[in-house]
Amino acid sequence: MVTAPTPLEAELRALAGAVPDPELPVLTLAELGVLRGLHVLGPGRVEVELTPTYTGCPAVEAMAADIERVLHEHGQAEVSVRTVLSPAWSTDDITAEGRRKLAESGIAPPRPGARDTGPVAVELGPTRHTAAPADEAEPVRCPHCGSADTTVLSRFSSTACKALRRCEACREPFDHFKEL
Amino acid sequence: MNRVPVPAALALGDDALVLSHRLGEWAGNAPVLEEEVALANIALDLLGQARALLSLAGDEDELAFLREERAFRNVQLVEQPNGDFAHTIARQLYFSAYQQLLYGQLASGEGPFAPLAAKAVKEVAYHLDHAEHWTLRLGDGTPESHARMQRALDALWRYTGELFEPVEGVSADWPALQDGWSAYVTDVLRRAGLTLPEGPREGAWTAGAGRQGIHTEPFGRMLAEMQHLHRSHPGASW
Repeated sequence: MVTAPTPLEAELRALAGAVPDPELPVLTLAELGVLRGLHVLGPGRVEVELTPTYTGCPAVEAMAADIERVLHEHGQAEVSVRTVLSPAWSTDDITAEGRRKLAESGIAPPRPGARDTGPVAVELGPTRHTAAPADEAEPVRCPHCGSADTTVLSRFSSTACKALRRCEACREPFDHFKEL
Repeated sequence: MNRVPVPAALALGDDALVLSHRLGEWAGNAPVLEEEVALANIALDLLGQARALLSLAGDEDELAFLREERAFRNVQLVEQPNGDFAHTIARQLYFSAYQQLLYGQLASGEGPFAPLAAKAVKEVAYHLDHAEHWTLRLGDGTPESHARMQRALDALWRYTGELFEPVEGVSADWPALQDGWSAYVTDVLRRAGLTLPEGPREGAWTAGAGRQGIHTEPFGRMLAEMQHLHRSHPGASW
């Protein structure tokens, strides 16, 4: 049964949603789209539903601890954070504001539509240089200079959710949040 | 809520756990930093799958660290040593193609593995992409890289028959899985200028039976390394 959130639930959800992501602290959990629900079960008892970006994402435990801490500070004695897998998180769940902040911090945001088309295969040729295929709807743009002429250096970067690319115009390397 | 078939959760969970550990062995040893990071990230995805699957079957730590070799239900392919980089890529190509097709089927069903499969299939798409591109680069690279890639594909071929033996409790269309796998692998190897290995992969004289708890010699050594810390310090935590 789905019920409308109470004012308290809305308030607590806003607090939990404002927690920064431990690996991408420019984003909040709400902007990342991983906060699935918050239910007040009784006085001082709260259950939070969190979904991981990747199944093995180690940040989930830090997220849960941060949420528990924030809600404890706001009078909730008993906070349980539950991990839910379904429906699977997609980069489409990142808000527009979240995408803007990613680009601002030098990480090329994921292109929209991943939920419909699935993960986008990244091309990697023998010489490491591949221009965007002509039929690719939207190239990955350099977050520094905006050029569409960018190359994949490695399909896995500092975290599983990012690929490492380089801009052929300004020659700066940058992370790209892969579509999922 | 669907009841979870424990043998099936163990089979799929052990596949992911064992391959994750093997890939983790590349940390500090990979040919270039980007590959080290890539293989570790793939290992991390697999570890996440393993944790979710083994948790369906029992206590994840007990299952991972306290079972004896004969209690593991992974296919023999994933326990094979890393070998050279070509062997690791061949293992990745064979296994990721299998996993993507299997999870794709499970994700579209209603069984107990559907939520995890729907999530993991998207991650595996990147694993397969990684393996495919390296297969093309090595196969279509220097004579040395070509020869090594072919050798690796040939050496691991005998372990691929086991992938398509039905797993109790996993409702998949196994013949369709095998057809899809064969078509995919054949196509990638053709594009890479490599030859599809020949030789038996089913029957008395080929590899298999990992699902029944029969494992190859290197697996015991891998488990010894994987389990010794937990067994030496029961209950220890970070």
